[in-house]
Amino acid sequence: MVDAKVIISNNIRRLRFFAGEMTQQELADKTGVTRQTIVAIENGKYFPSLELAFRLAHTFNVQLSEVFAYYPENDPVHKKLKDKQTKKGKQ
Amino acid sequence: MGQQEKQSIVSIIGSVLVIGFYSLYVYRNYIQADMGLLNDFQFWGKSFLYLIPVAIVVQIVIQILFAIGNRIITQEDISDITDERDKLIELKSIRISHWIFTAGFMLAMGSLAMGMKPYVMFLTLISSGFVASLASEVAKIIYYRRGA
Repeated sequence: MVDAKVIISNNIRRLRFFAGEMTQQELADKTGVTRQTIVAIENGKYFPSLELAFRLAHTFNVQLSEVFAYYPENDPVHKKLKDKQTKKGKQ
Repeated sequence: MGQQEKQSIVSIIGSVLVIGFYSLYVYRNYIQADMGLLNDFQFWGKSFLYLIPVAIVVQIVIQILFAIGNRIITQEDISDITDERDKLIELKSIRISHWIFTAGFMLAMGSLAMGMKPYVMFLTLISSGFVASLASEVAKIIYYRRGA
């Protein structure tokens, strides 16, 4: 169960563990970013670009959906669009 | 504290030192002797032109000293990688400093429009440049702490 505020979560910590307890610095070196960026992504404080997201997935040799998960029910933009569509449907 | 945050703090200290010592130097050596210089456009032109290279050189020297000090204390080299997050934070902080300098520029022009002495305009311009550069570094620290 994820926090109701979380829109995108990630499994990087878990994936690092299964990759032989890869360090944040090692992952940063393999993806061409700083360790601080990996820390920010892991803590959900920064959402990477699509390019970096794919690079992360490629580093762990998994699909993108295994690294990141999207929760539309927590996304205010998604809710707004859904409400708009509902209103339109009623009209 | 991250390396970028430390660099921003060093940069703030550098800016404060440069503007502080430079203002004191100009005031003691020139303005104190002849207050009439305050309304001399050539004097302000020279002051601006000398300040820019002095500020750049001092900032470079301070950053080099910081890198050496950081290497000795933490045994870590300063990373030369600038990733997408660094660029995003840089852009966001530049936007803030841009708006602050624009506001300062408007104030400076406003002072002229209201018939104030030209030195008020020049002082407002220098101050807004200084505040804009400080705001940019403070914004960087905040963004790095928040994530981006």
